[in-house]
This record gives sequence, structure tokens and C-alpha cells, in this order.
Amino acid sequence: MQWQQVFANVSPSAWRVWQRDLDVFLTTWKTNFLPPLLEPVLYVLAFGVGMGSLIGLVVYQGEELPYLRFMIPGVICVAIMFWAYFETTYSSFVRMYYQRTFDAIIATPLLVEDVIAGEWLWGGTKAVLTATIMLGMMGLFGLVSWPSALLVVPLAVVGGLLFSALGLICTALVPKIDSFNVPAFLLIFPMFLFSGTFFPIDILPRWAMGFALTLPLTHVSYLVRGACLGRTPPFWLANVAYLLGATLLTAALALILMRRRLIK
Amino acid sequence: MRSPLPIEATGLTKRYGALAAVDAIDFRVARGECVGFLGPNGAGKTTTVRMVTCFTPISGGMVRVFGYDVTRHPREIKARLGVCPQEDNLDPDFSVRRNLLVYARYFGIPSAQARARTDRLLEMMQLTEKADSPIEALSGGMKRRLVIARALLNEPELLVLDEPTTGLDPQARHMIWQRIRQLRAAGTTILLTTHYMEEASQLCNRVILMDEARILLEGTPDALIAEEIGREVVELWDIPEEVRRFVQASGWITEQGEERLFVYDRTGGEVGVRIGRRFPHQSRLIRNATLEDVFLHRAGRSLRE
Ligand SMILES: Nc1ncnc2c1ncn2[C@@H]1O[C@H](COP(=O)(O)OP(=O)(O)O)[C@@H](O)[C@H]1O
Ligand SMILES: [Mg+2]
Repeated sequence: MQWQQVFANVSPSAWRVWQRDLDVFLTTWKTNFLPPLLEPVLYVLAFGVGMGSLIGLVVYQGEELPYLRFMIPGVICVAIMFWAYFETTYSSFVRMYYQRTFDAIIATPLLVEDVIAGEWLWGGTKAVLTATIMLGMMGLFGLVSWPSALLVVPLAVVGGLLFSALGLICTALVPKIDSFNVPAFLLIFPMFLFSGTFFPIDILPRWAMGFALTLPLTHVSYLVRGACLGRTPPFWLANVAYLLGATLLTAALALILMRRRLIK
Repeated sequence: MRSPLPIEATGLTKRYGALAAVDAIDFRVARGECVGFLGPNGAGKTTTVRMVTCFTPISGGMVRVFGYDVTRHPREIKARLGVCPQEDNLDPDFSVRRNLLVYARYFGIPSAQARARTDRLLEMMQLTEKADSPIEALSGGMKRRLVIARALLNEPELLVLDEPTTGLDPQARHMIWQRIRQLRAAGTTILLTTHYMEEASQLCNRVILMDEARILLEGTPDALIAEEIGREVVELWDIPEEVRRFVQASGWITEQGEERLFVYDRTGGEVGVRIGRRFPHQSRLIRNATLEDVFLHRAGRSLRE
């Protein structure tokens, strides 16, 4: 099949798949909303009271900041990545392989492409929900600047969709569920640590900083941190362009590869 | 203009690499018919069904469902189909009732109508009491009934059932047969697959015997039995040479199984009586011919893996 046709096959029915996932999420909402509510509190305790007292001030783009205030936007960035990526890897894989949920859905007028798009949108949504709740909590602790911090929500949309698509690409390629350890170890874990989430990447050696700049999470973290601190990142346009481009590219790839996996 | 046939397949083929899972088969299903695909595991029944229901792309030939080409109009076709797959794929994240309500949304059925249909279908499948149970609390038979209920949500014109009763106990099987008969009586066109000849005889007004990716035979169960076997089958075992010679000399159609010799009796009564008279101590069993005999006669009685 022509790849143009693959994109043309995505219809608004994809939202039905999204709605199914949302419904499941809402039936267990108590356990689902707890982590984003509690996580910021734990970070404040660990890094504000605990480790923050060791580190003191951080210099970020020429400004001195308490470590907690510097780090807290990084927590949101990591959440955007984890909640989207883990949704469309482990959870989607379970739905696809063990529960045969996708098979059940494509016996209706929906096509495989709708199912893939629905899962993608849902992965992104989960990131947005989590990031938004976390942002609210951090607001309560007075750790972010308003109203610029509201920009975190659209950034979570783009970042969430990017990592959701990245997850689907992995789901399309792994032979079995244990294989997710490989991309987690090679891609997600390094990104978690080296994307300017917990320390500014400009303190890294040049080559390492160059590598960090290729990682999508680095660009998310420049923008999210800028929004939370109320300052415009110097290369914000480049960050935005990178994220939009990477999101479109990974989403297209996810659709093509997942379709190849599902249709035999 | 005549309304298009529910299913019309010509030269329908599915290849997986070098293996032809379905090899250029031709068949049609007319409105109101209940057609059964019969055959052993691996014959290609599921693959055929999956091509008809737009699950798997065809590798050759053509199949039209309600006049629509499966490759070009899957959405239009699937809107009018009910599919009960070989393996249950109920949504374990939802209760029994919500399985149906969520599924109705995929067909774009408005929610009030979906609720009404859900209640009616749960009633019909005797699942009302389980409406709020999780899926894992259902027995195999209940799960199967729920899958069939789900397949009926969009009031399909064509219901496709892939081994609807495999693995179920006799009560559960009879309950499902009963429902299938009701649907048939109400005018639903049905395509089912099974490897139980009994099931095909009970439910289908036409059967298609499939083996090794091809169609062996097709017709009504009675006609197939009458043409291929006759009325009765006499099974003989522990056969002395003289009996064997007698049977051969009589010109009856026979087939050697692993241990038993099967003698087909066209008219009924003759073979059994003549053997009984001549060799009163010969171990034998006289029974009516069944679709199973037709199949085993055509496909061979020995085990193939
Ligand atoms: N996805 C697949 N990949 C490779 N071979 C397959 C696949 N699906 C079915 N087959 C093969 O096609 C043949 C027919 O299978 P199937 O249609 O499931 O038979 P049945 O339903 O009659 O038991 C079998 O040999 C089976 O192994
Ligand atoms: Mg099968």
C-alpha cells in the first residue's frame, strides 16, 4: 500500500479509540491521579529540603537560582516523556498483543490506522494530564511563575505526542514485551539524565553537550524551564522547530511501522 | 437491479511467504443462507474469514461483500458485518455491559440506542445477571455468548462466526446453536466455520468442505452425505480374510481406516444385513452416514499433522 494512503486512512473515528483508553483511565482514576499529585511533593522534600541544601544555587543562563526552582521544570519534562512513552510501549503492547483489543476494534468500521492514531493521541493526552496536574501542584508550592507557566500545557501537547509516537515506534519493532528494556536503557534513561532535566547541559564537555542537543527531551526542557521561570530561552524558535519537526516525523514513522506490524 | 450477494469470492488466495493458506477458492453466499466452512485445523477457514471481514489483505483473486471490494471499501463492509473471531477478544478493562456500550461507539451508534440494544442483547444471551461483572468472572460459554452479542450490536446483515463453539461444554454449545438458529430464522445471513461436522449439520443449509487451502466439496449436508456415502456406514473390525474377500466381491465402496474397515451402504440395510447373515460373529457397527464420513472419505482417515 502507498504510504500516502496510510495517512489518508486515519479518520476522526480515531477519537473513539482515544475515548476507550480515557474511559479505562477514568474507571481507575483514583490510582491514576495520585502519582502526579504526590510526585512533586516528594521532589520538593528530596531536592528542596534534602539535596537542595547541599547544592545551593545553580547558574542557569546567567541567572542564579535555588536548585529546587531550577530542577522542578525538569520533573515536568521527565513526566511528559515517561507518561507518554510508557503508555504507548508497555500499555499499548498489552492491548495489542495480550488483550487483542486492536483486533476487536478493527472488526468495526475503524481501520488499523484509526487505532494507531487513537493510541498515539491517548499517549499524548496522558502526558498532558500529568504535566498539568504537576504544574498545579508546583504552583501551590510557589515554584513556577505565572502566567508564563501556562505555556507548559501546549508544550506538553507537543512533547507528549512526540514521546507517544516514539513509544509506538518501539512497540512496532519489539518482538516481545521484555524487549522494551533495550530502548528504555539506550534511549529513555540517557534522555532522562542528560537532557538538561537535573543540571544545565552547558556544564558538560562540548561533545556531550552536542549529543544532548540531539535529544528531543533537551528541547522540551529548554522550553518548559523557560515557561516555568518566566524567561524566553535564547534559541526558543529552534527548540520549537525541532519539536514540531520531530513530532511529525516520529508520528508518521509510528503509523507506518505499526501498520506494518499489525497487518499480515 | 438485483441486490448484490452478501459474499462473492473468485480465485480468492492468501499467501504467507511460500505457503498458500487459501489457494484460489471460489464461493458465494446468498442472502438468508447459513453457510458452514468445514475442515480440519490449518485448512484455511480462519484465513478465508479474515479476508472476507477485511482483517487481512488478500494476495490474489477477488472477494466482494455486499458488492463492495474488500480492498477498497473496508469501512462500508465492516459497518454491515458482525464478527465473532476464533479467539475471544473481549475488553478485560471493562465490565460485561460496558464492553457492549464501548463497542457500540465504534459503529457510531447513538448512546440511547446503544443502551437499549445492549440490554436486549444481554437478555437474549442470558447475560443480564452478569451485566456488571468483570470479563474474567465469565465462563467460557458466557464469554462466547458475549462475543456474539457484541457482533450483533450493529444489527448486521451478515454474521461471521469463526468456530463459535470450540472448547465449550455441551450445554453451552446447544445454547449457542439455539441462538444461531433464531438469528437464521430472523433472516440474518450467516457464515460460520467449524470442525464439528455435527455443528454444520445442525445449523447450516449449505456446507463447504475445505482442506489444505482448497475447497473439496460443497452442497447441502443431506445431499453431500447421500452422494458421497449413501445412507449407512458399516464399520468392521477384527476382520478375517474371508470376510474381506466377501466384502470386496460384493462391489461395495469401502475405505480402510487405521483399524476399521468402513463399508458404505447406498440404500441402507443391505450391507449390514448381508454381512450379519453370512458372518454372524463378525464384530460390526451399523450407523447412519454423517457429514463426518463425507469429510473423512474425501480427506482421508489417517491423522495428518
Ligand atoms: N499470520 C500467519 N502467518 C503465517 N502463516 C499463517 C498465518 N495465519 C495462518 N497461517 C497458516 O495458514 C494455514 C491456514 O490457517 P487457518 O486459516 O488458521 O486454518 P483454520 O482456521 O482452518 O484452522 C495454516 O497452515 C496456518 O499455519
Ligand atoms: Mg481457524
